Amino acid sequence: MSISIKDVEHVANLARLELSEQEKEQFAGQLNAILKYAEKLNELQTDDVEPTTHVLPVRNVMREDAIRESVANETALRNAPDDEDGQFKVPAVLE
Amino acid sequence: MALFDLRLQEIHNQLRTKELSVADLVDASYSRIAATDASIQAFLTLNEEGARAAAAELDRAIAGGGEQGILFGLPAGIKDNIVTEGLLTTCASQFLRNYDPIYDATVTKKLKAAQSVTIGKLNMDEFAMGGSNENSSFHPTRNPWNTDYVPGGSSGGSAASVAAGQVYFALGSDTGGSIRQPAAYCGIVGLKPTYGLVSRYGLVAFASSLDQIGPLTKNVEDSAYVLQAIAGYDGNDSTSANVEIPDYVSALSGDVKGLRIGVPKEYLGQGIDPKVKEAVVAALKQFESLGATWEEVSLPHTEYAVATYYLLASSEASSNLARFDGVRYGVRADNPDNLLDLYRKSRSQGFGQEVKRRIMLGTYALSSGYYDAYYLKAQKVRTLIKQDFDNVFKDFDLIVGPTAPTTAFPIGEQVGDPLTMYLNDICTIPVSLAGVPAISVPCGFADGLPIGLQIIGKAFDERTVLRAAHAYEQHTEHHKQRPQL
Repeated sequence: MSISIKDVEHVANLARLELSEQEKEQFAGQLNAILKYAEKLNELQTDDVEPTTHVLPVRNVMREDAIRESVANETALRNAPDDEDGQFKVPAVLE
Repeated sequence: MALFDLRLQEIHNQLRTKELSVADLVDASYSRIAATDASIQAFLTLNEEGARAAAAELDRAIAGGGEQGILFGLPAGIKDNIVTEGLLTTCASQFLRNYDPIYDATVTKKLKAAQSVTIGKLNMDEFAMGGSNENSSFHPTRNPWNTDYVPGGSSGGSAASVAAGQVYFALGSDTGGSIRQPAAYCGIVGLKPTYGLVSRYGLVAFASSLDQIGPLTKNVEDSAYVLQAIAGYDGNDSTSANVEIPDYVSALSGDVKGLRIGVPKEYLGQGIDPKVKEAVVAALKQFESLGATWEEVSLPHTEYAVATYYLLASSEASSNLARFDGVRYGVRADNPDNLLDLYRKSRSQGFGQEVKRRIMLGTYALSSGYYDAYYLKAQKVRTLIKQDFDNVFKDFDLIVGPTAPTTAFPIGEQVGDPLTMYLNDICTIPVSLAGVPAISVPCGFADGLPIGLQIIGKAFDERTVLRAAHAYEQHTEHHKQRPQL
């Protein structure tokens, strides 16, 4: 399996990254090298092995459905690059 | 003797008898930083005003009488991916260069409750991705033992600062070796607790199934004290383990008689520097002379760990780092065409090369058509790697080997070759995948650079890990060596 420039562009789009032509070339080469190395895992037969997502035996951690103090509006906006009327502001999504 | 070379108990006593004030400790910290940080560059942000105000308040508390905890007044450095309310937290990324947290991480709160003093925020590889600190988007930190060499990473700033005597202790985070490997490279003690023992709330997430916060200290006793202060269940972290926290310091009995140590042949095989191997073997003989026994064991899936780790950690990272969109915090690109363009431009301008590379790898491994071949496969191999540890721990109390296959390498040497860089973590990554605790303690020097011994324990058995590390330390002088700066 080999990653082409087109694959890099597809993945960059999924990851919301904009890459320069030079970055595309570089990542194609490096990702190919890393994935080639990762093919090593195919030496192992794992059909009957359960995947490990977490080492702890915890499942569905719930908390009380109780009212708690929440962050004040102006605190929540403290780091906002742009805000208006107590809300985060972004470019228009709809025309 | 430098002030920070005094034992913790001694400092504590001198504070109580007023031979020493918290202001003296904080002064000592900033003087040392002023004298050494131009060459080490461990810090990203200093909290000088806040620390001096805290010191004055703590000194008034002493004057008022009452009991103080053991970490009272101690100057602490915090890795810059642990949020500190009102104190910049950048993760060494341009994306977060102006990020002013609106809350404290649970560990930050716990240190405040223990009344240690936050001196500043420590450099790291951007978003904790790297093993050399060269991926910091601000500047690389340098190894105090030789400033042409890397301090390791990603908690390189934390390790270098403690080694240089700038702070009494530091917090770091470890995903695949990021506390243990820099501790080894800088000649100090670094502990990665069992996954879930220390809350991750307020630790900027890299790989959520692996990340764990832990202490970097000059000796094992301090490590036990700091762990005591930060361990414990936290309802704000759904992966926090609800276990009883034992007394760690009382475990330091000096007695290792009868302890059974397994030594994985895979950790001393190909790729291990002969001088590192020699130091590890000498440490094993030391354990033997103290009444422990050791024999060779096998962790047969070790050779698959690095590939497994990079697939899983990068996949988790690609998901975790999706939150950096330029909307709620962080840097936003100027003049975006539309919302999608805002995301793309902000992320592309804000992230460095290694971060982009891992997001790309992770996104690819999780993408339609490749999920089973890469991500799911790696999760299955993770099970096999964990089983290797379970099997050895049926017959042994501890696993011991090197922390890293070599000592620190020169700055710039491995930058262009990510795969070689990744292989530096061959001895620490399997431990992270298994989720078990491990400590790195100094066990010698090669060509003037420190070597680390890794002591790995069963899940939640930090007491045995600390006991063995402490007993070893009592019979060696490696941890007492200080770099000339």
